[in-house]
Amino acid sequence: MAGKSKTIKVDYLARVEGEGALYIRYDDHGVHEVQLKIFEPPRFFEAFLRGRDYTEAPDITARICGICPVAYQMSALHAMENALGLVPTEPLRNLRRLLYCGEWIESHMLHISMLHAPDFLGYPNAVAMAKDHPEVVQRALEIKKTGNALVRLLGGREVHPINVRVGGFYRVPGLESFQALRPQLLEAHTLAELMTRWAAGLPFPHCEQSYECVALSNPSEYPMNEGRIVSNRGLDISVKDYEKHFREQQVPHSTALHSLLIERGAYLVGPMARYNLSYPQLSGEVRSLAEALGFRAPCNNPFKSIVVRCLEVLYALEEALRLIDTFQPPDEPYLAVEPREASGCAATEAPRGLLYHRYAMNEQGKITFAKIVAPTSQNQKTIEDDLRLMLPKFMHLPEQQLQGLCERAIRNYDPCISCSTHFLQLHLQHEPKRIS
Amino acid sequence: MAADSQLISRQPHKPKLAVWKFTSCDGCQLSLLDCEDELLLLGQEVEIAYFMEASSKVEEGPYDISLVEGSITTPADLLRIQEVRRQSKFLVSIGACATAGGIQALRNFADVVEFTSVVYAEPSYIHTLKESTPIAAHVPVDFELQGCPINKLQLLEVISAFLNSRAPQVSSHSVCIECKLKNNVCVWVAHGTPCMGPVTHAGCGALCPSYNRGCYACYGPKENPNGESLCHWWEQNLGADRSTVIENLRNFNSLSPHFKEISQDREHRQKGKS
Ligand code: SF4
Ligand code: SF4
Repeated sequence: MAGKSKTIKVDYLARVEGEGALYIRYDDHGVHEVQLKIFEPPRFFEAFLRGRDYTEAPDITARICGICPVAYQMSALHAMENALGLVPTEPLRNLRRLLYCGEWIESHMLHISMLHAPDFLGYPNAVAMAKDHPEVVQRALEIKKTGNALVRLLGGREVHPINVRVGGFYRVPGLESFQALRPQLLEAHTLAELMTRWAAGLPFPHCEQSYECVALSNPSEYPMNEGRIVSNRGLDISVKDYEKHFREQQVPHSTALHSLLIERGAYLVGPMARYNLSYPQLSGEVRSLAEALGFRAPCNNPFKSIVVRCLEVLYALEEALRLIDTFQPPDEPYLAVEPREASGCAATEAPRGLLYHRYAMNEQGKITFAKIVAPTSQNQKTIEDDLRLMLPKFMHLPEQQLQGLCERAIRNYDPCISCSTHFLQLHLQHEPKRIS
Repeated sequence: MAADSQLISRQPHKPKLAVWKFTSCDGCQLSLLDCEDELLLLGQEVEIAYFMEASSKVEEGPYDISLVEGSITTPADLLRIQEVRRQSKFLVSIGACATAGGIQALRNFADVVEFTSVVYAEPSYIHTLKESTPIAAHVPVDFELQGCPINKLQLLEVISAFLNSRAPQVSSHSVCIECKLKNNVCVWVAHGTPCMGPVTHAGCGALCPSYNRGCYACYGPKENPNGESLCHWWEQNLGADRSTVIENLRNFNSLSPHFKEISQDREHRQKGKS
């Protein structure tokens, strides 16, 4: 007999970046509707970028998201350089990687400690959690501070750095200023190992999913600024073919655009996808720790993404140390370039996953077209699928707990809703009829 | 700025702090979470009663101090900001979005319907306002903190001033002064790089000139700026074309009255010429 239909409705998701809501309709027979609703108002970046100078793209697109501005700057720079046929020199490339390490560290630590960890221990926020677990929160803040220090040194400030430009950097700080960060990085590395061990011991709900993981991939290094786009189900394309394989779609039950793999559907981007695809490219040290903790790739339990983030932080700290130790100052802080009519694209690995930009510019270097696909829009369908697959196993839980679990399932993704330049606005009064 | 001693509250009860987000990138609220050294201390001094980005605990208003990030861009925002004002004793708008419309205010100089159709396949779903407007255009604001993003130390200063019932001390001079205080070489004088420093509000510590770059005015106008003269110099002596000048006035703070006025004036002149 069909049970009474029930709903879960969260009007304003907490501890995510940006504004979103959740609506689920289910009964004893299963889940009938899952809608992750994004009601972040549109900001029209792709529209107002037209007419602006190509040199402004990194500064302007940084403002899409205050949590991962470096990601926007990196994708914009590479896309502009791709258009203009500019190839950054090895030292410049390394410096960009170093800057990205800083952002991975700070962004992951923010999510791990302030947005995600309180879920596992039943606190509403990190400040409340700090009362009972001061060492965990302080440790996390110390590591995050190190990431911030790296971004500040190379970028000028943590939020919306000012030092990157098409072709390189405005100014390259001296070797001694990088060396000065070494002790802090080493200390953070020790703390990150403790943090990883702590995170691995958290109580995880049982939830194994089967994902098509999509990330950049390079034979010789863990992906950040470049690579081919690959998946665990055979996708292997160059970035310029991205739009041939991925498209955005409007689905009947939601007014938000979903990004899909053509003829395949939902896919996963982000730390777990990177980890599962590029595990061999992590350092030996990170892999041994992962193995000792029972966290060898692949990891397909989204709740365990907190551990994967910790391992990526550990890797980023090691990588930052390596880059500092092998630092070669570039001959010039940037390569000079003249604008011309051109178009180009690039994808880089934001902390939350693949971030794709494509631009066209005219002879004067004024942008004539811009397309930006943020990681959250790519994961949106997978988040809904997670809920749909996960819920039947937890239906017996009291509603309050079930709701909490759903919110956690979304937070697993660290969705950055402010980034979602492509999402449509949602009107709650237009929701489907509720039968609760 | 030593945050620790100044943060000690003289309020009789633990004041309730609320952080509200309107249309924005979250960067300004993030500045609060970026206060790694002061955050836990702040948590002891104020009660974080509403802060959706950081906490799932929601306490009812009224709130003693509300920090408002973001600009007003939807019909729902128009109603919500009134409610936030009603619930707040002291309301501080933070960042370029909240004080000057933010980058999304570029729509105010264009056709939002056209903008919508560029970005969205189904423009009819979009219920956005034609304009993006600052908080003060809708409700009285007790203090405005400029910057894209704001300076976190200035934010702590505003909060601690409130806790101690005194006026916040946020300098309103120009980035140029900060540049001098830092002993920077002037990028304009030394390299002929166009720089908005002379008209831009202090707060960043003259970041761009410290990195050999001209200021692009992300902190908005300083008190009593002379933008007219600056633009004239850019055009006459640095050879900047008028559209570059307009672009610099119209980025993150395009609705600051002074920037708006000069950019419109330049635009008219440019149109008059062509
Ligand atoms: S003012 Fe700038 S940093 Fe602050 S929310 Fe707006 S876009 Fe983000
Ligand atoms: S643009 Fe100007 S105000 Fe903004 S950080 Fe650079 S120097 Fe400071």
